[in-house]
Formats: sequence, structure tokens, C-alpha cells
Amino acid sequence: MGYALQQLINGLSLGAMYGLIAIGYTMVYGIIGMINFAHGEIYMIGAFLSVLTYVLCTALGVGPTPLVLLAMLFASITFTALYGWAVERIAYRPLRGAPRLAPLISAIGMSIFLQNYVQLTQGARIKSVPPLWQGGVTLWSADDFRVTFGWAQLTVVLVTLIVMAGFAWMITRTAFGRQQRACEQDPKMAALLGIDVDRTISLTFIIGAALAAVAGVMTVLQYGVIDFSIGFIAGIKAFTAAVLGGIGSVPGAMLGGLLIGFVEAFWSAYLSPEYKDVATFSILVLVLLFRPTGLLGKPDVEKV
Amino acid sequence: MTAAALPAPSPLALRLRDALVITVLGGLLALPFIGLVTVEEGGALAVRTRWGAWAMTLVAIFLGRLAFRAALDAWRSRKPSHKSAAFSSTDAVLRRAAGTSLLAVALLLPIFFADNRYVIDTATTLGIYVMLGWGLNVVVGLAGLLDLGYVAFYAVGAYTYALLSTQFGWSFWAALPVAGALAALFGILLGYPVLRLRGDYLAIVTLGFGEIIRIVLLNWTSFSGGPNGIGNIPRPSFFGLPFARSAEGRTFHEFFGLEFSPMHRFIFLYYLIVALALLTHALVSRLRVLPTGRAWEALREDEIACKALGLNTTTVKLSAFATGAMLAGFAGVFFAARQGFISPESFTFSESATILAIVVLGGMGSQLGVVLAAAVLVVLPEVGRQFADYRMLVFGAAMVTIMAVKPTGLLARREPTVRLNPSRSSAP
Repeated sequence: MGYALQQLINGLSLGAMYGLIAIGYTMVYGIIGMINFAHGEIYMIGAFLSVLTYVLCTALGVGPTPLVLLAMLFASITFTALYGWAVERIAYRPLRGAPRLAPLISAIGMSIFLQNYVQLTQGARIKSVPPLWQGGVTLWSADDFRVTFGWAQLTVVLVTLIVMAGFAWMITRTAFGRQQRACEQDPKMAALLGIDVDRTISLTFIIGAALAAVAGVMTVLQYGVIDFSIGFIAGIKAFTAAVLGGIGSVPGAMLGGLLIGFVEAFWSAYLSPEYKDVATFSILVLVLLFRPTGLLGKPDVEKV
Repeated sequence: MTAAALPAPSPLALRLRDALVITVLGGLLALPFIGLVTVEEGGALAVRTRWGAWAMTLVAIFLGRLAFRAALDAWRSRKPSHKSAAFSSTDAVLRRAAGTSLLAVALLLPIFFADNRYVIDTATTLGIYVMLGWGLNVVVGLAGLLDLGYVAFYAVGAYTYALLSTQFGWSFWAALPVAGALAALFGILLGYPVLRLRGDYLAIVTLGFGEIIRIVLLNWTSFSGGPNGIGNIPRPSFFGLPFARSAEGRTFHEFFGLEFSPMHRFIFLYYLIVALALLTHALVSRLRVLPTGRAWEALREDEIACKALGLNTTTVKLSAFATGAMLAGFAGVFFAARQGFISPESFTFSESATILAIVVLGGMGSQLGVVLAAAVLVVLPEVGRQFADYRMLVFGAAMVTIMAVKPTGLLARREPTVRLNPSRSSAP
């Protein structure tokens, strides 16, 4: 019971991160109908930037922990969003209207480039930082087993909730949100009605990257260990989350992320941690096989 | 330099401004990664600055952008005249001549370098990549399906031979078809659920599959030896004659009355991969003019039109996917037999990426282009160690650039294999 509860908490904080990355996939897919293969690397860049900011803050003696967290979020979001924008400009925009395979390959090229770029500039060894927060709240204890909700995990869940609320507000209530949804439904019609589609697509990439950056900061906060290759597996898992929730659907991405987080936490706890990636991947194949539209997605109709 | 010669609102000034904007943006992007670096010092991370490297990056971005812009403009302005000449007959003659001379070089190489093991080894590696490139070309270049886990089928082939030979004593030649069939079966099992969906899904599922195969091989120790891999894999024999100084029965050098030389085996392995690669080439060229191959290319160009013409797109895709997987399986058997030792380390994503880069850089669908791209990829890292480090960085950037400039690839040939005009026969 206690053990399961602990896994539920672990799954929740893990799922929050996957959900944040998955939104980037789902939004880009919604608007240009393509998987952004470089999105996992964008997340990795966000994580590296937050480690850099963390170490800088420590070196400069920046005081209270919440301030460090804010600095990490700020720096990571700013620069990662810039990277997201650059990826769209370099790998996607010149290829609008090209055969379908071309943008896929250029995105893969981008992903390979970014991964090697970070490896060459920052080194191949893992980067680890001391935890920002120690301890946590003990929710339940029995005999010698305690269920704790770590401060770091709590922060992850809270920050994710705040970011998600802000994001939902932006999509449903602001002018940009309306433009974004309009472009998703019909880019040509949106363009006829005076919406700058290119700008909207750019902004979509920027927002997706910003959310991935938040996920990167959360990873550093919770685990404190990163290396240049983390974007690869995290990218596949977040993509699975997006497909599970229904690709193109933003609430679906969040739901999918949580489910994947739970599956991974419980699988690692009760079955075999070595095969947790295999479990996630099997979910992807099963969903594609039996319900390609995902839990909350709309059927994908191809028009001539 | 030619500001005066160019017409109206000084393009040079425009270019300079464009380069400046790009430099500022690039500088911002590079600042946290090139300008700053986190290094481990006394057990904790510390930040170091690298202003010199950063400044050099800025200069490189500025000059690079100027050169790229100029090259791009030149390329685009000459395109119309180029296009009409692209499929001319001289082009085809040139291709054929290049192909023939490459084949001659490949066949004669061991005669000139009979006792240079390094050259033969490098050439053998090149042969493996050419074969893998040709195999992946069926999937990506002909059928237009993006397979990002191609190395998984290579691994299936390699482990099949390794296990069959070390556990059950199968010979190379007996294991070859079995491994190919098994790899194709994996391709079908994986492709079946995914190929009905859009291309992007296939890409990510194959990406995942490649990783899963590696994870399983790494963790299922009782089956695959885990991270230690499988060693002592028997080398292929010359139709039953082993390449040993002495063995039970006759050895290769005794049978042919030659002096024993360890080079015999390397040269044999080299010719073996050349033969396998040529077989692949013959198969692919042949398939290309058969209805199957034509269906592949039609599918690449327009899937909806294919459906409208009554093609079962899933079957067509599956056949391309399985053919590619089978060829990777063959290459895997050869790899295991040549190395004598395999471990999951040889089958990482970067290997898949390398093979994909070969196909993309060489031009999707072009057999000759694959050879040239593979040569660049295999030979250049041998030239300098620094280049080996930057290899994948350069290839990633090249993939993006090529897609932006010429999405069909550098040497792509989109020549129709069927023509309505009967006077011109179609060459495979």
C-alpha cells in the first residue's frame, strides 16, 4: 500500500515532465502535421541551460533557493525558446511545401546536429548538481517504510500546474491562442482571414520549446543528473505520451504524459527497471495498432 | 567586391546586413554552449568562459553565412538551365562510366594492395556501409519510408549468425539465408501495425525499435551475453576450406598450393563483401524495373494516387520494408563473421544515423551516390582523428542543408523508370 502510494507520487512527478514535453510534440503536429524530431534535443538543451544557470548562481552566491529556481526557469526558457525558434527557421520553414520526407530528414539532421553540438561543446560526461531541496513531507509511515512527497517533486508538480494553467489560458483566451487554433484547423483559411501563419507556426515552436525547457529544469531539480543523450529516450517517451493522449490534442498530451509516468514508475517498481523503456515503447505500438487516434484525439482524415 | 557591378539597392549591403543579423542570433545561441562551459572541479561543477572560441564562432558564422548566401543565390539562378540537362544522355553515360570504373577499382584493389591489411580492412568496412546504404535506399530512397532503426535489422542478422554458429555450429553460408529471413520477419512484424499509418509514425516507431533491440540485447544476458557480447564467432571458410595455418582436413593455402599468408582471409572477406554488395545492387536494380519496384517509387511520389490505382499500399510498403531489413540482415551476418565478436555497442542509434546520412547525402534512390557518400563517411575519419569527432555534427548539418537546398539529395535520380515514349529504353 505504502509502496504503491510512493510509486504514484513518483509517477506523478515523472508524468508531469513527460506531459510538458509531449505538449510541444502535439502542438507542432497539430499545426504543421509533422513530428518535430528535434524536440527531445530541445528538452536536453533546456536541461543543460538550467544546470549552467544553477552552477552560475552558486558561483555568484545568489541566495535563497526559490530565486535560483526562478533564475533557472528564466534563463532556460529564454535560450531554449530561441533554439526552438531557430530549429523552425532552419529545418522547417525552407521546406514548407516540399515532399513529406524532406522535413522529416532535415529534423533528424537537426537532432543529430544538436546532440553532437552539445556533446562537443559541453563534454560527453554526465553533469550532476547537488539537489536544490532536500527532504519532503512524510505522508504515511508504517514500520520502516515511509511515503514521502519530496520538496523537489512537489515543486515539479506545482510548477507544472502553474505552467499548464497559464498555457491553457493562453490557448483559450488570448488572440494568439485563437490564431493558433485557427491555423491548426485550416491554415489556408486562416491566412485568408489575415492571420500570419508563418509567425503563428514560429510562436508554436517557441512555446513548445519553452515548455520543454520547463521540463528540463524539472529534470535537473528532481534528478540532478543529465548528459547530452537524455533527449533521445525522453523524446520517444513524450512522443508516446502525445500519441497515447491523441496527437494534436493538448489535454490529451498532458493525460498521456501522466499515464506514461505512472506506467514507468509502476513497471520499474514491480517488474523490471531495465525494461521500462521497452514497456513504454510497447504502449506506443499497441496504441497505434488498436486506437491510432489516441484517447482524446480526432480521426486523422487525409485530404487530396 | 562586385558591389558596383550588381544592379540597384546594393545586394552586398543587404547580404552584409543579413549576415550580421544571423551572427547576432547565432552568437546568442552559441553563448551558453560555446562561450560558457561547465567543467567538473573537485567533485563539483564550475563554469568556465571560452570567449576566444565564442569570438571565433561569431566570425565563422558571419563569413559562413555570407558564403552560404552567395552559393545559394548562384545555385538557384543556374537551376533552370540545369534542370533541362539533368536527364540528358551524356549524364547517363557519365554515370555508367563512373559505375564501371568504380567496379573495376573495387575488383582490382586487393591486387595492388595485396599485403596492406589496413587498406583492405578499410575497404571492407566501406563495403559494409555501401551494402547497408543500398539496403536502406530501398526503404528510404525508393519507397520513401523513413526508417530510423535500420541498425536493428543489422543487429538481428549479426546476432542470428553469432548464436547459430557458436551454439549450434552452423556455417556462414547456412546462416546467411536464415538471418536474412529472420531480419525480414522482424521487419514485417514491426512494419505491419505501423505501415498503415502515416510516415512519421514509422520513423518514430523504428527509432524506438532500434533502441529496444539494443536494450534487450544489453539486458538479456543469458541469451545475448549482455554487454559482454558474443565472442569466438567462426570466420567464414572458402567453400569449406578454412583460412588457417593448419587444420583438420585441408586448408585454403594447401588446397591451392600457396604459401600461407594471413592476408588471404582478409582478401577473401573483402571479395565476399564486394560480392554481397554486388548481389544487393543486382537485386535492387532488378526489382526497380519490376512491378514491385515501380509500385515503391509510385508510392513515394503519391500515396493517394497509388490507392486510387488499386495498389494495396500496406503490402507495397511491407515488401520494401522487408527487403531492406533482409539486406541489413545479410550485412549483419557478414559483420559478425568478419569481427568475430559482437556486442550491443556496435548497434547504437548513431550507426542508424550514419547509414541514413549515407543515403540522404548520396541522393535518395541513387546507387552511385550511396557509394560516394559511404566513401566520404568511411575514409575521411581515417584521415584525421579530429574529423572523426566532428563527423556526426557535420553530417547532421549537411542533412539539414541538403534538404533545404536540394531535397532529392546530391546525386538523386528521379528519372521515371517507365516512359510512354518507346524509343528511349529505360535503363535500371
